[in-house]
Amino acid sequence: MNRRTTISFAECTARERLALLVDANSFHEWLPPAQRVTSTHLAQLGVPSAFDDGVAIGHAQLAGRTVFIAAQEGEFMGGGVGEVHGAKLVGMLRRAITGTERPHAVLILAESGGVRLHEANAGLIAVSEVMRALLDVRSAGIRVVVLIGGSNGCFGGMGIVARCADWVVMSDTGRLAMSGPEVIEASHGVQEYDSRDRALVWRTSGGKHRWICGDCDVLVEDDVMAFREAAIAAISPDGDSSQPRPATLITLESLEQEHALLTARLALLPDHVVGDEAVALWKLYGLGNAGDVAEMNVESLLTQRPTGSQI
Amino acid sequence: MTDIPVGLETLRFVFAGHRPTGVFAPVLVGVVGSGNLEVLLEPREGSGCELHIETSARGFGSIWEAVARDFHERHQLAGIRVSVNDMGATPAVVSLRLDQAVTELVL
Repeated sequence: MNRRTTISFAECTARERLALLVDANSFHEWLPPAQRVTSTHLAQLGVPSAFDDGVAIGHAQLAGRTVFIAAQEGEFMGGGVGEVHGAKLVGMLRRAITGTERPHAVLILAESGGVRLHEANAGLIAVSEVMRALLDVRSAGIRVVVLIGGSNGCFGGMGIVARCADWVVMSDTGRLAMSGPEVIEASHGVQEYDSRDRALVWRTSGGKHRWICGDCDVLVEDDVMAFREAAIAAISPDGDSSQPRPATLITLESLEQEHALLTARLALLPDHVVGDEAVALWKLYGLGNAGDVAEMNVESLLTQRPTGSQI
Repeated sequence: MTDIPVGLETLRFVFAGHRPTGVFAPVLVGVVGSGNLEVLLEPREGSGCELHIETSARGFGSIWEAVARDFHERHQLAGIRVSVNDMGATPAVVSLRLDQAVTELVL
């Protein structure tokens, strides 16, 4: 068996992920650190800036195909989207439509707690612009793939951005949700949600849960090369076609289907569940050994795709 | 009470170097996270080694100067600008990051 050393995606910095995910030495950065396009807000609050405002954007080759790609740095302000950070994401997305070179796909390595609260309204507007730009890219037929595996997860506005994409790849250590654990606890009380209960947090926002529910399309181990393979598969053409795999069209019909699916999911769980709610939900999705999910590795879980997923 | 104004502290040190770096592509290492820092190396006119530091930990100017001087004595670089964004890294972490940046310098 061909064994190789696994490099944890979660433990890499954004720039390390970029370098390892795309073809070797193919990443070309727009607005690199030396250009010092930094936040105008942070210094006023006594907070140091980062030379790239916490996100690297550019173009690269992935299995020989041109992609536009962005990576958020979760260690800088929790990956929070500030004005400049958001503008860089928007610029990359818009360039996919208006630039001279049309990429095969756009990839976002998301790791973010959402809006950077220090920048308040500017950050909120930035995230909404990212969503609009992402949907414009999809409307232009270009596929958008979001990859989530950083230890800070993908929350808040970026959680919504992720679900606006065509395709979501997650590791089992990755997390995806709207409100983060601390936010839920603060607003609904510790009886409702104990943010320090890590097992609970992962049961309700972790990669395995998201995959079982169909909120993420591909589940991988916490391994950079597994993410690379999933990214290549996500942008590879269908069958013998020489054309890039197109974005999934958003239509009124597809949105109504999605709404029906979410309504059905909400109705699936009874009002009073004996035992753990997440495990009960997985059982209702048709997962026979739902109680063992937490201990399973990704490979074992993948053999058990529940029949009722996409509910 | 302290007489240090609220906000970031900005420090600048310039040393006379002896090992010219010439032209090189900018190097970035590290991340501005808690107890961490990022270091950006760029070419600079002249023979000086200039360190520009922005830090959230105020009032440690003399320690920064010692760390910067140690760094310069180890490498003696000339014609280089070292820019640091710091979020409260300890002197040992700062020294390691500075050395890491020099290691990645392709001359």
